[in-house]
Amino acid sequence: MTYQFDFASLLPYWRDFAAGVWLTLQLSAVATVLGFVGGALCAIARADGPPWLKRLVGAYVEVIRNTPLLVQIFLVYFGIAVLGLRVDATMAAVLALVVNVVAYTCEIMRAGIESIHKAQIEAGECLGLNRRQIYWHVVLRPAIERVYPALVSQYVLLMLASSICSQISAEELTAVANRIQSDTFRSFETYIVVGLVYLALSFVVRWAFWGFGLLVFTRRRKLGTAL
Amino acid sequence: MPTFGPQHLWFLLQAAGWTLALSAIAFIGGGLLGFGVALARISQNRVVRGLASAYVQVVQGTPLLILLFMIYFGLAIAGFDQLPALIAAGAGLTIYASGFLGEIWRGCIEAVPKTQWEAAECLAMSRWQRLTRVVLPQAMRLATAPTVGFLVQIVKNTSLASVVGFVELSQAGKLINNSIFQPFIIFVTVAMFYFAICYPLSAWSRGLERRLNVGRR
Repeated sequence: MTYQFDFASLLPYWRDFAAGVWLTLQLSAVATVLGFVGGALCAIARADGPPWLKRLVGAYVEVIRNTPLLVQIFLVYFGIAVLGLRVDATMAAVLALVVNVVAYTCEIMRAGIESIHKAQIEAGECLGLNRRQIYWHVVLRPAIERVYPALVSQYVLLMLASSICSQISAEELTAVANRIQSDTFRSFETYIVVGLVYLALSFVVRWAFWGFGLLVFTRRRKLGTAL
Repeated sequence: MPTFGPQHLWFLLQAAGWTLALSAIAFIGGGLLGFGVALARISQNRVVRGLASAYVQVVQGTPLLILLFMIYFGLAIAGFDQLPALIAAGAGLTIYASGFLGEIWRGCIEAVPKTQWEAAECLAMSRWQRLTRVVLPQAMRLATAPTVGFLVQIVKNTSLASVVGFVELSQAGKLINNSIFQPFIIFVTVAMFYFAICYPLSAWSRGLERRLNVGRR
């Protein structure tokens, strides 16, 4: 193999890489926050809603979880265009990511809610908590705490999956890489660099969630129990 | 302008065949490699364990899309620029699947109680015998449900093979859309094909899980 690696020719593009990283993080952050809220609502609807709502949310979750994100992104991006609305690629990407991650969050949260023992809820009733208090203090918070590791994994996967948004030319990290490699003809080097950047990002995101977990879930440490 | 018709449906059906073929390659290749990764992860040698762990971290920490690009261009640099797209796509998905399957199976192997290892050791079995005759058969029972579940991920992720020029279901949909631009009906049809492949697998995985009652341990 006589290939000469040349990483230096990528250096002038560091600003573009940084912009790509920034948009990737923004996409992931927005999708994570909206996905968490939406997923929690869906999980509650699926656990305690009226039958028709349960079935509707169930169908939504199954459809999203059994089709590829790429196809969902195409559907949202081209679908909106056909409806006659003009939305830029980044907005379409966010929308598709949110629709996707809500379904996964819902499924994870549902498992958490189902893991809460009935006796806990009865105990809450005995203490004179009202319905909403029971839901928040007895069901939802412990449930979220229990499935937090699974949620973190899902959101790291989401950050990596946001690379698929490059396929509709949302200018995140992978799209930047595609552009730079066609400018420089240094394809292999570009993707090695970008791969390493994603790897670093996945560690950073994981640590950030770990730190966030320490701040939010103090109860376990106070009680000294494994929940 | 032509509309979405039976000839397009036929084209999608053929592409669905390629999606299945690519999924099979990824599952078999990823399964073999992943089994090696799982064994390396529980190896008694610290260096082997560390290397396997690093491999898993890298595969799980980079997007499949980037992995596919790296393999595609890497193969070209290595002089294999005439290879069919199936090879690059298959290699990329194999590596991807091995990283995840290896980690799933390691979890299943470690979920077998330690006393089983010890009991087998008391029967004077070698490490290999302990693994293959005592631990793996029990780990396999635990592993079926998550493995079938991961098959769904593989099928869905074959959609990314389109970036290295492999014409599977998503790429076929895109090609049709480029010619007749009826994105709604085309991509809904494509999604329905994926759903038809993935949903039975999901349901099967759930059924296995319930039967084994793994979740309630």
